[in-house]
Amino acid sequence: MKLRIGLGSCGIAAGGKKVKEALLTCLEEKNMNIEITSTGCIGMCFYEPIVDVIDDKGEVFTYVNVTPKKAEEIVEQHIINGVPVEKYIQSTSKKPFKQLEKQVRVVLQNCGIINPEKIEDYLEKDGYKALKKCLNEMTPDQVIEEIKKSGLRGRGGAGFPTWFKWDAARKAKGTEKYVVCNADEGDPGAFMDRSVLEGDPHGLLEGMIIAGYAIGANYGFIYCRAEYPLAIERLEGAIVQAHEANFLGENILGSGFSFDIKIKKGAGAFVCGEETALIASLEGERGMPRLKPPFPAQSGYFGKPTNINNVETYANVPWIIRNGGAAFAAYGTEKSNGTKVFALAGKIRNGGLVEVPMGMPIREVIYEIGGGIKNDRDFKAVQMGGPSGGCIPKSLIDTPVDYESITRTGAIMGSGGMVVMDEATCMVDMARFFLNFTCDESCGKCIYCRIGTKRMLEILERITKGEGRMEDLDQLEQLCISIKDGSLCGLGQTAPNPVLTTLRYFKDEYIAHIMDKKCPAKQCKSLITYSILKDKCTGCTACARKCPTGAITGEKKQPHSIEQEKCIKCGNCAITCKFGAINVE
Amino acid sequence: MSCTCEKKLETNFCNKEVDLSLMEPVFKKYEGQSASLISILQDTQGIYGYLPLEALKTIADRTGNKKAKIYGIATFYSQFRLNPIGKYIILQCQGTACHVNGSDKISEAICDELGIAPGGTSKDGMFTLENVACLGCCSLAPVMMINGEAYGNLTPNSAREVIRGIYKKEKGGASN
Repeated sequence: MKLRIGLGSCGIAAGGKKVKEALLTCLEEKNMNIEITSTGCIGMCFYEPIVDVIDDKGEVFTYVNVTPKKAEEIVEQHIINGVPVEKYIQSTSKKPFKQLEKQVRVVLQNCGIINPEKIEDYLEKDGYKALKKCLNEMTPDQVIEEIKKSGLRGRGGAGFPTWFKWDAARKAKGTEKYVVCNADEGDPGAFMDRSVLEGDPHGLLEGMIIAGYAIGANYGFIYCRAEYPLAIERLEGAIVQAHEANFLGENILGSGFSFDIKIKKGAGAFVCGEETALIASLEGERGMPRLKPPFPAQSGYFGKPTNINNVETYANVPWIIRNGGAAFAAYGTEKSNGTKVFALAGKIRNGGLVEVPMGMPIREVIYEIGGGIKNDRDFKAVQMGGPSGGCIPKSLIDTPVDYESITRTGAIMGSGGMVVMDEATCMVDMARFFLNFTCDESCGKCIYCRIGTKRMLEILERITKGEGRMEDLDQLEQLCISIKDGSLCGLGQTAPNPVLTTLRYFKDEYIAHIMDKKCPAKQCKSLITYSILKDKCTGCTACARKCPTGAITGEKKQPHSIEQEKCIKCGNCAITCKFGAINVE
Repeated sequence: MSCTCEKKLETNFCNKEVDLSLMEPVFKKYEGQSASLISILQDTQGIYGYLPLEALKTIADRTGNKKAKIYGIATFYSQFRLNPIGKYIILQCQGTACHVNGSDKISEAICDELGIAPGGTSKDGMFTLENVACLGCCSLAPVMMINGEAYGNLTPNSAREVIRGIYKKEKGGASN
């Protein structure tokens, strides 16, 4: 018998380490010698902490939302007495998770299954077989040809064909070339790369080594966010193991090909997701983009030909080489092949990672895999592509997820963040939120981006405060166009997207803020008022005691009231009231 | 001869005296490596918890770069801190998922509990609150991370509890 516990960042945040300790103590008390392995994120973060009990026949029983107390029960009943604790089990080998039925796992195939700290586990899952196949049976051109057949496109945002980049870097003049992995996953709301780095680091390394072989590079860099300490730790471990097994280093597996990978920690700048800015940062400079061409494939890291892909793109490569490009191309739509990992978050019931064939309608992803909206509220919109993307409204919920269809809505595929919003989300506030982000993260090089986003933010702040004017809407649209035209890199060119899409689909909300001075979602503080419903208030005084400004007054056991001049709209009273007597309008 | 803008900029940095000899291993580690300025700054911050002005000047000196360039990098990246920090750093996630799940309420609660504003350090030097873009634990939103440990599914009250818990632990540790 064996135990397996999910200890990705999400598992740890949900209390996974405490559960592991409880399991260890309990097993020790009972003198049981049972191995506990850890694994990465299986993508069902809402079920964390997750514990698998694997019996001697290899059957897996998955316990979810495990607490230290539940862990003791599991040890006593399942491990010692051999009786599974049915009430905590969500899936078994015979009856897997319902959420997985519609998913196809290529990138995430090992996440949540293997122990990411053990190369043996990866090898057992056909790890490094693709690399061996490349080195022994394929020429670099054949590798690129196979990637071309697969139709793999960059998973970082723009969706550029991967083979084309590789081919350009291969054909570029010079013998010193570089492979760079963009692991600077900066989109707020996206965490698929983190899960791959934490859950299957060797998958990324293998993809990068193959890319190195294909383009003729001997060095690779992984540019990883410093906010992902666990990912960096696991990558460092994986690199050491890969060296020991000679998958990295000199003369890999006797092929004559040498390759080494280094990790560079990012220092917190969203713009470094842009490839030329990333290269500047790798060189130790401020991460500011430059004009293209020349493209990094011709002139990248210190002027040498450099191929840059993101984590998910490289992580697809070993599967494609093992199973053939055609097998990959069999998934998805005509122009968007394969699968895509999405990070479901926001007001969704089952938040986490899902991997689906391209072309699945958004509705299916949100309702059938994601379980619908939290607290059975109404779906309002889904935000795709982070600060560079846009909001897709309810009327377009049947849009298939592929590059072209998403772009047509005004959003972008981006790296795959899907932030779901319900009717309690204010779309003007959402636009303000993203503009605040891009305004903060603009590197300052282009005037339109640096000053334009600031002006847009000011207008949006004005509107959410109830001080907006109708002509603001035209001005916003004009600024959007100018910023798109006048910015050098993707950050500026896409910064207006959240505003453009919300203006397109939710103009009535803007108008309600400006004309009626009302926030329909009741989120914008300046536009809402709190009052006490006399018939529901019992006069318990709980709210009055919580009110920071003493705006609530009233006799004990008598209905209270709120003095509007003193109210700062902190909402403490609404949280405190147990009788639903606080009315928000 | 340094220009006046450089002097003006320097007033933003912390000019406290520090033990510069602690940096020797860092210089040794990156000796002869080009492109390592960011790594040097990261390691320096690892030593002092922030980037002291004297350390920045030393880095400029030892790597043969202009001070302006070092200041430029130190102020460009949000990870770099120019002032001393508390014993515990609270990274409060401001990502999209956290935002729609009420991260601003969490932020208010923490600020109120510690009597500080975002970016500030509590008077007793225990906590520094920093806003970060996204911690990548979106399905547990709202989230904060304190000294590398993530806390998810927060409410204003549970966030206060976490801080009080750390204070309690600290006091317990002191009396032992």
